[in-house]
Amino acid sequence: MQQSVSIRDLSLNFGNVKVLERLNLDIAQGEFIVLLGPSGCGKSTLLNCIAGLLDVSAGQIFINGKNVTWMEPKDRGIGMVFQSYALYPQMSVEKNLSFGLRVSGMKKDEIDRRVKRASEILQIEPLLQRKPANLSGGQRQRVAIGRALVRDVDVFLFDEPLSNLDAKLRSDLRVEIKRLHQRLKNTMIYVTHDQIEALTLADRIAIMKNGVIQQLADPHTIYNKPTNLYVAGFIGSPAMNFIEGDLRDGAFVAKDGTSIPVGSYAYLNGAGSGPAVLGIRPEHIFVGEAAQGMPYQADVEIEIVEPMGSETLAWTTIAGKPVTFRCSSDIDIHAGDKMRVGFDVARGSLFDAKSENRL
Amino acid sequence: MSQTATMTGTAPATATTEPSGPRPKPFFTPKRIIIYTTLVFFSLYFLFPLYVMVVTSFKTMPEIRFGNIFALPSQVTFDAWIKAWTSACTGLTCEGLAPGFWNSVKITIPSTIISIFIAAVNGYALVNWRFKGSEVFFAILIFGSFVPYQVFLYPLVIITRELGIFGTLQAVIVVHTIFGMPLLTLIFRNYFASLPVELFKAARVDGAGFWRIFFEIMLPMSLPIFVVALILQVTGIWNDFLFGVVFAGTQNYPMTVQLNNIVNSAQGTPEYNVNMAATVLTGLVPLIIYFVSGKLFVRGVAAGAVKG
Amino acid sequence: MADTAVATREGAADTGRPGFLKRTLLHNLPAKIAAIPMMAAVLVVFVGCTIWTVYYSFTNSRLLPTGKFVGFDQYERLFSTSRWNVSVTNLITYGVMSLVFTLGIGFLLAVLMDQKIRLESAFRTIMLYPFALSFIVTGLVWQWIMNPTLGLQGTMRNLGWTNFTFDWIANPRMVLFALLIAGLWQGVGFCMVLMLAGLRGVDEEIWKAARVDGIPTWRTYISIVLPMMRGVLVTAVVLIGSGIVRLYDLVVALTNGGPGISSEVPAKYVYNYMFSGGNIGQGLAAATMMLVTVLIIMIPWAYLEFGGKGRRA
Repeated sequence: MQQSVSIRDLSLNFGNVKVLERLNLDIAQGEFIVLLGPSGCGKSTLLNCIAGLLDVSAGQIFINGKNVTWMEPKDRGIGMVFQSYALYPQMSVEKNLSFGLRVSGMKKDEIDRRVKRASEILQIEPLLQRKPANLSGGQRQRVAIGRALVRDVDVFLFDEPLSNLDAKLRSDLRVEIKRLHQRLKNTMIYVTHDQIEALTLADRIAIMKNGVIQQLADPHTIYNKPTNLYVAGFIGSPAMNFIEGDLRDGAFVAKDGTSIPVGSYAYLNGAGSGPAVLGIRPEHIFVGEAAQGMPYQADVEIEIVEPMGSETLAWTTIAGKPVTFRCSSDIDIHAGDKMRVGFDVARGSLFDAKSENRL
Repeated sequence: MSQTATMTGTAPATATTEPSGPRPKPFFTPKRIIIYTTLVFFSLYFLFPLYVMVVTSFKTMPEIRFGNIFALPSQVTFDAWIKAWTSACTGLTCEGLAPGFWNSVKITIPSTIISIFIAAVNGYALVNWRFKGSEVFFAILIFGSFVPYQVFLYPLVIITRELGIFGTLQAVIVVHTIFGMPLLTLIFRNYFASLPVELFKAARVDGAGFWRIFFEIMLPMSLPIFVVALILQVTGIWNDFLFGVVFAGTQNYPMTVQLNNIVNSAQGTPEYNVNMAATVLTGLVPLIIYFVSGKLFVRGVAAGAVKG
Repeated sequence: MADTAVATREGAADTGRPGFLKRTLLHNLPAKIAAIPMMAAVLVVFVGCTIWTVYYSFTNSRLLPTGKFVGFDQYERLFSTSRWNVSVTNLITYGVMSLVFTLGIGFLLAVLMDQKIRLESAFRTIMLYPFALSFIVTGLVWQWIMNPTLGLQGTMRNLGWTNFTFDWIANPRMVLFALLIAGLWQGVGFCMVLMLAGLRGVDEEIWKAARVDGIPTWRTYISIVLPMMRGVLVTAVVLIGSGIVRLYDLVVALTNGGPGISSEVPAKYVYNYMFSGGNIGQGLAAATMMLVTVLIIMIPWAYLEFGGKGRRA
C-alpha cells in the first residue's frame, strides 16, 4: 500500500533545544491522523515541517512517495488551515480562494470551477463577495478550509483549526470536518490539544510529548490500552485513577496493604512483579448491584458527589487513594453514603513504576 | 486501520543520494547580496555626514582648504572645538556656544518636567475621570497639534508680552509646555487606558480621591511611559529652533539658534572646522540620549504613531 | 478602552432638577481643576489664537496688529507676490517628493530589515540616529558637504573627476533636491521604524498561508501585507505631511531660502513678514493659508478615520 506521508528520522533543533527527535511516522492514503499533546510538545512544529514551513535539522519527509524534504510548500501537494484562519483581510472570500491559483497562472475557467466546487462543498456561496472582517468565526474557518480545498491536493494539514471558536461552534465544525473527510477521502493531518476532537475525528491518534510520539494507535486502543502512564493520564476526562503499589504473587498490593486480585489482566510480556501503578478509569468502577461479581470489591464512604446531568461523578477513597467513579444519574447517591464498589483489573491498566510503561 | 506505523512503506533504502536534513542554503545567494548591498549603501548615506562632521572638526583650516572632506586629519587638533565652545562669534558677541548650551539646559529641564507632569495629569483625567466635554477638549488638542506653529506665533507673542515674559526663558518654557501637550497627553492617555480599570475602581471603593490615586497607584505603574516621554521631550525641546528664536530674546537664545548664527551670520572667512565642531557639540546631547536609550528611543518616536 | 470608568454620564439627564448647576460644576471637581492647563491651552491657544490670526489677516496691520478691516486685500497681495508663489510651489514640489521618497525608501528599508538579516540592530541604529538630530544640525552638515569648492564636489574634482558636479545648493533649479537629500537623511529612518513595526505586526500565519499558496515574497508584500498596514501608512503620511507643512528650520540652516528666493517656503515667508518685514497683516494672511492647507488635508482624513465608524480615538 502506498503511503501518503512518510516521515523518516526527523529531527529539528532550535539552537540547542531539541524540538523533535528522530521521529518516524507513516500515514496511509486517506487516513485521518490527529497529533495530540499539550502545548510545546512539538505537534505544531511537526506539522510545519510536513508543510515545508520549517526547515528540518535531519531526516526526510515523503509525500506520495516523493521526497519533498527540500521542496517549497506550494510544490508539496498540501493544503493548510490555520488557527487564526490567516485569511487575506483586504480580499473578498472569492479572491481569498482564488489568489494562489491566479498567481500560479492557472486558466480562469479552471479557477472558477474549483472555487465553485469548494464553495458548494463548504456552503459558502452566499459569502463569496464579502470581506473576511464581515464573517463570523465559523464562516472564516470554512473559507480557510476552502482555500486548502481549491488547491486540489491530496494532503490536508490542520493546525488547531477550531481553537479560536466557542464550544458550540467547535462541535458543529468538528462534525463538518469529519463529513468533509468522508466525502473527499483525502489524507488529513490534524493538530489539536483537545482530546475530544482527537477521539472523535481520528482514524489514528499520535500522542506527543517533548518531541517524541508516545503512542500511535486508533482512539479505542489509545483510550483502553494506553502504552504508558503519560498517555493514560493525558487521555480521559475525568482522568484515570492511579494507585501505587507492588505486584506480588498474582495480586496488586497497594501502599496501604490492600490486596487487589489482578485476575485475567492481559500482560504484554508475561506476568510482572515489583513496584507498579494500577490505573482504572472512572467508568470501570461499578457501584451497588453492578459491583457484585467484580474480582475486587470494597465498602466505601462517598465523600463528594458531582451530578453532571447525564451521569454522576462520585469521590471516595480506595486503598488509601482518592478515587473518582462514574455512575448513572438514576442511582440515588449522596455524600456520606456507605456503598459497595468493585472493579476488574482486567479492564484497567498496569504500569511499571520505574519505566512507567504498560505491563 | 491497524498498525501501519510499523510498515516501512516505499521509503527508499538508499537515502544518501536523496534530499535529507536541512535545505542547502549557500550564504551568498543573489538575493542576500542585493539585500546587504542596499543596506550598506544606505548606511553609508546615513553615516557619511557624521563622519564628515567629526573629521572636519579636528582639522586645521589650511588642511580644509586643501579640499578633501574624506581625508582623516593629518594632525588632530582641538583648537576648533575650544573656539566653538568659548569664542566663536554668534552675531554681536563672541563667547562661543557655551552660553547657548546653558540656555538650552535652562529651557529643557523645566519645560520637560512641567510638560510631562501636566500631560500625565491630563491623560489620567481623560481616561479615569471623564467629565462633560473632556473628550472635545482632547479632540481639539490633537487636531491642534497638526496646525502649523506659524498660525499661533504672533498671538502668542502678544500674550507673552502682556504677561511680561516675552524675551525671557519663561516664555519659551510656557510655549514648549503648550505645544508638547497634544502628543504627550495622547501617549499618557493611551497608556493609562491600557492599565486594568479594576485597579482604579478598587482604589475608588477604598475611598481614594483624584490625587491620591494619581500619585499612589498610577504614577508608580507608569515608569516606562515616563521614560519614553522624557526622551521625546528632551530631544524635541533641545532641537527646537523656532520657539527659541521668537520667544527667548537675544540673551537667552538656545544652542540651536546660536549654532545657526555662528555658521550663517559669521563675518569674514568662514571657519569650517569651528562650524563643524559647533555642530557636533549641538548634536551631542540628543545623540547621547539616542545611543544610551536605544530601544526606548524607538518606542518614543513610535509613540506618536500609537493612535487610540 | 477604559470606558468612562466611574465617571459621569448623568449630565444631560439631570437638566432641570434642583441643584443641577451646582452638581454639574462640582462633579469631578478635582479632575476639572487638574485639567485647567489643558482647557486653557485649548481655549486660549489652539482655538483663541487661531481665531485671532484669521481675524487680523483681514486687516492692514503693519508694525502692530491694530489696522482696520480691509477684506481680502492681504490675500490678493499675497498671491500677487512672487516670493509667496515660489514658496507655495516649492512646498508642493518638495512635499510630494519628500512624501513619496520617505514612504518608498522607508518601506523598502523596512522590508530589507525584515529579511532575518544579521546586525539588524546595528543597521537600525545607523538609520535612525539622524532623527535624533535637529534640522539645524542636519542643514549645517549638508551645507558643508554640498559646499561647491571645499565639499564633496571640490573633493571629487581634486581627486581627478574634474567633471564631477554636486552644486545643487547653489543651483536654483536643483536646490530643492539638496533640501530633499538632507530631509530624507533626517527622516527616512523614522519612517523605516514605523513601517517595520507595521510589518512585524502582521500575523505570522498570514505569511505561512501565502507560502503554502505559493505566492512569491514580493507579491505577498505588495498584495497582502501592504494593504494590511493601512493604519501605519495613514499615520506615517499624517506625520510626514504635518512635518512638511512646517518645514522651516532646515531651510534656514541649509540655504536660508537661497540662492535668491529659489528655496523659500511658506513658514519662512510668515516669519519674515511678521518679525522682520514689519507687515503683520501679510504674515497672518500667509499663516492662515497654511492653516487652510492643513485643514484641506486633515478634514478628509479625520472624516475617513473617525467619521464612518463612529468615534474610535
